[in-house]
Amino acid sequence: MSKAFTPKVVTASHLLDGDVIYLTAEDTWSRRLEEAEVIEDEAHAQLRLLDAESQADVVVGAYLADVAIGATGPEPTHFRETFRRTGPSNYFHGKQAGL
Amino acid sequence: MYQYSDFDRAFLTERNAQFRHQVERRIDGSLTEDEFKPLRLMNGLYLQLHAYMLRVAIPYGTLNSAQMRQLAIIAERWDKGYGHFTTRQNIQYNWPKLPDVPDMLDALAEVGMHAIQTSGNTIRNVTADHFAGAAADEIADPRPVAELLRQWSTDHPEFQFMPRKFKIAITGSPNDRAVTAAHDIGLRIVERDGEIGFQVIVGGGMGRTPMVGKVLAEFVSGDDLLPYLEATVAVWNVIGRRDNKYKARIKILVHEYGLENLRADVEAEFALRKAQFTGADQKLLDSISQMFAPPRFDTADTGGFATVYDDDPVFRAWADTNLSAHRAPGYAIVTVSLKAHGATPGDASAEQMRVLAELAEQFGHDELRISHEQNVILPHVHKRHLPAIHARLKEAGLATANIGLISDIIACPGMDYCALATARSIPIAQEIATRFDELKLEHDVGPLKIKISGCINACGHHHVGHIGILGLDRAGVENYQITLGGSGTEDAAIGQRAGPGFSADEIIPAIERLVYAYLDLRTEPSETFLQTYRRLGLAPFKAALYPEKHALAAE
Repeated sequence: MSKAFTPKVVTASHLLDGDVIYLTAEDTWSRRLEEAEVIEDEAHAQLRLLDAESQADVVVGAYLADVAIGATGPEPTHFRETFRRTGPSNYFHGKQAGL
Repeated sequence: MYQYSDFDRAFLTERNAQFRHQVERRIDGSLTEDEFKPLRLMNGLYLQLHAYMLRVAIPYGTLNSAQMRQLAIIAERWDKGYGHFTTRQNIQYNWPKLPDVPDMLDALAEVGMHAIQTSGNTIRNVTADHFAGAAADEIADPRPVAELLRQWSTDHPEFQFMPRKFKIAITGSPNDRAVTAAHDIGLRIVERDGEIGFQVIVGGGMGRTPMVGKVLAEFVSGDDLLPYLEATVAVWNVIGRRDNKYKARIKILVHEYGLENLRADVEAEFALRKAQFTGADQKLLDSISQMFAPPRFDTADTGGFATVYDDDPVFRAWADTNLSAHRAPGYAIVTVSLKAHGATPGDASAEQMRVLAELAEQFGHDELRISHEQNVILPHVHKRHLPAIHARLKEAGLATANIGLISDIIACPGMDYCALATARSIPIAQEIATRFDELKLEHDVGPLKIKISGCINACGHHHVGHIGILGLDRAGVENYQITLGGSGTEDAAIGQRAGPGFSADEIIPAIERLVYAYLDLRTEPSETFLQTYRRLGLAPFKAALYPEKHALAAE
């Protein structure tokens, strides 16, 4: 039996500054995970990833990242995505400083 | 120091112009990321976890004050006001924006620096003993040869698409401070019957298959060195594996094909290539060598050094820990620690870079070095200047007296920055340093090298740490594995894995148990951690690391 599909967001790096970005349901890119489109259907996820990959002049390295659905929206399920959402732990730099 | 020729300047100008156009074409959509990626990597530009990262080469770790000042300006103008010095004597900027990178490269070119071949499957920045040209124990300064290798390998048409990256390190001293045995090729300057030559070590490396390099040639004369190295790289370039990137490094070829077979192939290739070397390389080396002539050393009295040493315990602690023996009477080598307790190993602010530049200019014959241990060196300092230097370093937060001690930790950027990392390294280094500073133990513990990598690629050199720490992802949680007994010097050894890993919360107490075990086990304070480990082996340290299991086994 194949593994049950778990909720995902499409994430990538912005071409110009490399910042972490997320695909929204409105087909825009947001720098905040809580604004990302949460995808709960596998076929739809693949389509959205294709949409992201077709925007090669805006984004780099798009992929599907697992999320859990929390009270304020999607939450990372892996610590790597937590750091991507926040920034490094040694300085108050990156998203944590900008948001 | 090497001064760029018109040829060097023209080459860099053209190369930077090419990359500027490549960036423009990437931004306007004419180049895809797949097309652009190998081009940016050839110019040292990575895409990391939060941003781009520009890795700038500091060839053989040597800088002058003008170059250091330019690094500070770049940090302020296009980054967040700091830079990170790495285990391969590079500096990394963690926050550049893609459209700015061509300007950053132009700014580097103004002071004769570049980021070429700091990535990609090419010959990387050649590293060297950070005390080169200054150390009391040196046979010859390895930097002229390192510069020759930089020029030979830069844009070498045969070596731009190799099976994998290729790293060369060189030392001119029998006390190996350049980790030569853990490089694809390690060169050690040796003397035989009055002639200076090179012992060539091949197939060392870290990563997922750590290996101590083996001697490919006991003695290669200066005239033969470049054709011999070219033959070695050429043989591997042709027969090295390209089917699996984890098996592509020359260490795997040495392992699978055998040292004897490789040596025979290299010698056959050398015979062919040697004929093509007409001596132009030796002429070039002669002219390079003249630029590395030692500075005119000051013969003045050491002044108030002894008095301050006797009277000021803070200065004395720093002098005892951070100075090394210099070749010239009255001189010392100063290692400036970039490991203030709780700070990020290897990071320097733009202001600190300026202070270091100023000290080099005022007191240090305008020379600076970056060590693979992520510290900065003032290689030529007359002892009478040391109290003034120490005072200035203190003001700049650069006077930590911990070189070679437990808080002088190598740590890779880890998952705080690196896209390849499986766990964080920096916070572990910060916590260990802070903890042992609280315990006021590090001077009692003495020489102890902790090296931390945030993934199996081992940029933090954990395999050769007396205590190595490897951060892994175990079922979605950071987990830290300990290795013991590694060494990166002339008696190089790969550390042994101690047992199951520890969580982020458990790793600091585990290191503390190890250190207390060592203090109990050493025969006398002069027996170092590594000596105690070599005398007793893994067992007593394992018992300290895993007390519950040890207690169960004893029942």
